[in-house]
Amino acid sequence: MSRTDTSAQGHRSAPVRVQRLTAGYPGVIALQEVSLELGAGQITALLGANGSGKSTLFSALLGLAPVAQGTVKLFGREPVAARRRNLVSYVPQHEQVDTTFPITVDQVVAMGRYPHTGFTRRAKATDRQAVDAALDQVQLSEFRRRGIGQLSGGQRKRTFLARALAQGAPLMLLDEPFAGVDRGSEQVITSVLHELRDAGTTVLISTHHLEGVEQLADQVILLHRRVLAAGAPAEVLTDEQLARAFGAALQ
Amino acid sequence: MIDFLLTPLEYPFMQNALAVAVISAAVCGMLSSWLVLMGWSLMGEAVAHSILPGVVLAFVLGVPLGAGAFVFGMLAVALIGLLGQTTALKRDTTIGVVFTSLFALGLVLMSTVTTQTHLQHILFGNVLGTSRADLYQVAGLAAVTVAVLLIKRRDFTLVAFDRIYARAIGLPVGVLTTVLLVLLALTTITALQTLGVILVVAMLVIPGATGFLVARSFPVMLGISVAVGILAAVIGVYASYWLNISTGGAIVLAAAGQFALGYLLRLLTGRRRPRIRRSAVQTLAE
Repeated sequence: MSRTDTSAQGHRSAPVRVQRLTAGYPGVIALQEVSLELGAGQITALLGANGSGKSTLFSALLGLAPVAQGTVKLFGREPVAARRRNLVSYVPQHEQVDTTFPITVDQVVAMGRYPHTGFTRRAKATDRQAVDAALDQVQLSEFRRRGIGQLSGGQRKRTFLARALAQGAPLMLLDEPFAGVDRGSEQVITSVLHELRDAGTTVLISTHHLEGVEQLADQVILLHRRVLAAGAPAEVLTDEQLARAFGAALQ
Repeated sequence: MIDFLLTPLEYPFMQNALAVAVISAAVCGMLSSWLVLMGWSLMGEAVAHSILPGVVLAFVLGVPLGAGAFVFGMLAVALIGLLGQTTALKRDTTIGVVFTSLFALGLVLMSTVTTQTHLQHILFGNVLGTSRADLYQVAGLAAVTVAVLLIKRRDFTLVAFDRIYARAIGLPVGVLTTVLLVLLALTTITALQTLGVILVVAMLVIPGATGFLVARSFPVMLGISVAVGILAAVIGVYASYWLNISTGGAIVLAAAGQFALGYLLRLLTGRRRPRIRRSAVQTLAE
């Protein structure tokens, strides 16, 4: 599946390998026997209706969800170990952000540098440069002193994307990056993800929006508790398959 | 004006009182910022009230009151955590059950071993009775708390802001949360002499709440919060001397007055924050 051979940044194992994963919460099986693999330097879209298990899969990849059966490996390691080695970055869903929190854009982005800093997390010159570069990349430099409560949904999403960029991990997970985002921000986010992919980063986005997936992703995984289909967008995004994924949710 | 400020300080007991009140209010004000952002105001109240039986037992056994207070403060945290994990009760309910029960235990123990005066002092504070030894103990605890808070401030703020991301980048979120709870217990002890078990929670909540209303970034909120605490302590101690009123009560009222000013400022500048529920991140992680 991998289209690049030089960009795995020294990690020989697949960035993400999930085998026969069954997971959920007490009384709820959110994922059943899910297996998937992501190659280095690809953008994968995890497509599914609400309640299809996307969030649980993300939690499992971050090592936060209780895994009933199966294995999850990131670069050949357990998620907890991968986290500690700064191999994973994460852009949260819209609803997970506390917009009343007194914090400015550049302070949020600076948090992405914490894995690179020492015991007190004090920023060094390289950290400040990385923050500046990330803000520049998502076109938020002039908003850096704004409080996050004063931003539009798209600007806020770009702030958290900048935090993940500043972190610079080889695997980036984005939870619903296009929900509540205006067209301009959507274009910025898409082009940043393409730049990341071209630089060798593995990108996984979860989404329930069909539009734009074909242009954005190299691979699509259709999820409804199980993996219904996986492969190139043209193969997966057929009417028949989509009806299975989204129709199943309506029943 | 100078006389107004200096006359009370001719008495050593007033010097001790002012020092202990300012130190403990500053620490309370600092911790308060994180408590408010973590959504832990009720937790602050729970720990403060739950230490009562510990204080009484320590008094009976002749060990430092702070030690007993610390043990029961952490016991309350542990019980609240246990009930939360083993039942479907909501957090405010488990907190309500635990701290009122422990507080009641404290009252019963007290009624068997101590006098009415002691009861008054532990419940409402006795800042005018502060000895040099008390002052050194409070200063020591305060120094430890402030040092830990300042050294790990960026980690605590990230945990309060975005727990999931904090975990994703490998921070020991559980350890940091526990450390913050330990600091809560220590801070409560530093404020016990000044405010007593009942009013401690005011200084754990009001300064941070005032900072939250006025500030747009966390460092500013922290500064305001500490300033509100210190100013309240100074106003309260002088007011209690010149007007002959309850010191703890005067300190809390001075803090409440500053909160009201902050609220008015917020209304006048018209920059009200959008009313959005607390972070879903935290609910998810708990």
